Amino acid sequence: MFELNDAKIIELEEKANKIRELTISSLLEAGSGHSAGSLGMADIFAAFYFHLLNHDPKNPEWDERDRLVLSNGHICPVRYAAMALSGYFPIEELKTLRKINSRLQGHPHRTSLPGVETTSGPLGEGVSQSIGIALAARLDKKKYHIYCVSSDGEHQEGNTWEAVMFAGKQKLDNLTLIIDRNNIQIDGFTEDVMPLEPLKEKYEAFNWHVLEVDGNNIRAFIDASAQAKSIHEKPTVIIAHTIPGKGVDFMENDFTWHGKTPDKDQAKKALSELRTLEGKIESESQ
Amino acid sequence: MLNPYLHLNSKLFDKEAEAKPTRDGYGEGLVFLGTTNPNVVVLTADLSDSTRCEEFAKRFPERFFECGVAEQNMAAIAAGMGVTGKIPFVSSYATFSPGKNWETIRTTIVYNEANVKIAGHHSGIVTGPDGATHQATEDIAITRAWPGIRVIVPCDAIEAKKATILAAETKGPVYLRFTRDKTPIITTDKTPYTPGKAQTFWVSDNPEVTIFATGHLLYYALLAAKNLEKNGINVLVANVSCIKPLDGESVLELAKTGAVVSVEDHQVTGGLGGALSEFFARNKPLPMEFVGLQDTFAESGKALELIKKYGMDEVAIEKAVKKVLTRKK
Repeated sequence: MFELNDAKIIELEEKANKIRELTISSLLEAGSGHSAGSLGMADIFAAFYFHLLNHDPKNPEWDERDRLVLSNGHICPVRYAAMALSGYFPIEELKTLRKINSRLQGHPHRTSLPGVETTSGPLGEGVSQSIGIALAARLDKKKYHIYCVSSDGEHQEGNTWEAVMFAGKQKLDNLTLIIDRNNIQIDGFTEDVMPLEPLKEKYEAFNWHVLEVDGNNIRAFIDASAQAKSIHEKPTVIIAHTIPGKGVDFMENDFTWHGKTPDKDQAKKALSELRTLEGKIESESQ
Repeated sequence: MLNPYLHLNSKLFDKEAEAKPTRDGYGEGLVFLGTTNPNVVVLTADLSDSTRCEEFAKRFPERFFECGVAEQNMAAIAAGMGVTGKIPFVSSYATFSPGKNWETIRTTIVYNEANVKIAGHHSGIVTGPDGATHQATEDIAITRAWPGIRVIVPCDAIEAKKATILAAETKGPVYLRFTRDKTPIITTDKTPYTPGKAQTFWVSDNPEVTIFATGHLLYYALLAAKNLEKNGINVLVANVSCIKPLDGESVLELAKTGAVVSVEDHQVTGGLGGALSEFFARNKPLPMEFVGLQDTFAESGKALELIKKYGMDEVAIEKAVKKVLTRKK
């Protein structure tokens, strides 16, 4: 890992911005998909693919790689964008999202695209799959770390809590769970649809170590991830508070953007907002 | 007569013929795998004794995972292990796994091509006194519909052990179906077992009907064949231990009699009978009768009482054979 100086943080923020751009472009091209959650998680995915993960984009099946499991598969556009940007496949391929004969399935399919680690989409299954990988790693005495990204909404699935209970029992210290706490789901705000709070206390009751961070603050998230790896007596969950639609003013915190995509004009507007973000990428030709 | 080349149990028709639950064969198979294959792991959802994992758990505790009463979690954990070099065997009752956790298995194991073996126990009405809630009678239908899975139904405890051991060598998802109650031992250790192949267990000269049976009811099919022969009706009886992929080549050859009866401890919809009728409709339309649970749920009772009441014994099979004969032109 590189030293986390200010220059590195700025570089990661630029990556996050680029990931947002690619996410919006691919969603526009696809014509369907999930915008808000994808954009909200761009900072965390930049942190993963360009700093945290021990991985090799040219060798996605490398046995010693850290595993990043995406439980809420519907935000895969952000993962695909991060993967393409870090060299797993050509950026051009992002245009095939959700189209026929594409490797970029609407929800991730492990055997279609090396590097996505699991097949996901139906909610509540990713924590369990991560546990399985973590147990296999423990049996084989492997050193790699397992990260699982999940949504807040999928904590309404019973399966999630079955997994949380199990990981607590097994004291899985090679697993870090990240919850995208963006407070929205398809039908509205989580606390209206089916309240999840107090979420932190729920996890503590299941014998997890809990960290809470601003999920759109890359430095804070990376610090929390480092802290998570240093906890050995229990699994750690990072509740990452994010802004859904982050970076695009008219999408931010609006749950109606959970499951839809921008049209041409909206995409244009969104991209222009991103490119002027603190003037960082303004000069880039598009 | 019983196929002399298959080394079947010569005492099969004796009054005191040996009987054993097929789940015992599963347990023995797991222990064998524990000693021979370090990648085999076993998971259960609070049913280690009745799914016969206890001996494995005792001997290989580091490779045994008690998941508590949580079948979805168990399946998806197995999926994670299965894509990370392990060969997990997921053990529960079939009504719960693959019943309750059907979508979890569909997504994380089957579509995900995870190397996981799902052992569905307490299948069929021979689960008995527990009642219809615990008698899995649709599990073949719901697993067979998945692309890429193998669906295996052993006919006795000996075949169950062989099937369990060989499932570990078969890459990809496998569904194995087991029963709770003691059922007759039909085969012997010497009986050849090739995964995926249908075998003729009862042969006769100039057979008029072919009985395709799967699972423990194969015994009643053989009993029916013996009785029918006394009455001048010659049949063939095949053991279809692999329902998916169906051994089309053998099935077609065996169906040269021109009339077929399917026999299974499962709903007549979507199981062996379903698989065969789909196959014959495509390849060789012929009259067919279906012995199994006739679109109803069963009830509590002793296994033998239920087999009789719900029309799956030798009497019902003989009746079906005679009926299909009348439809044969």
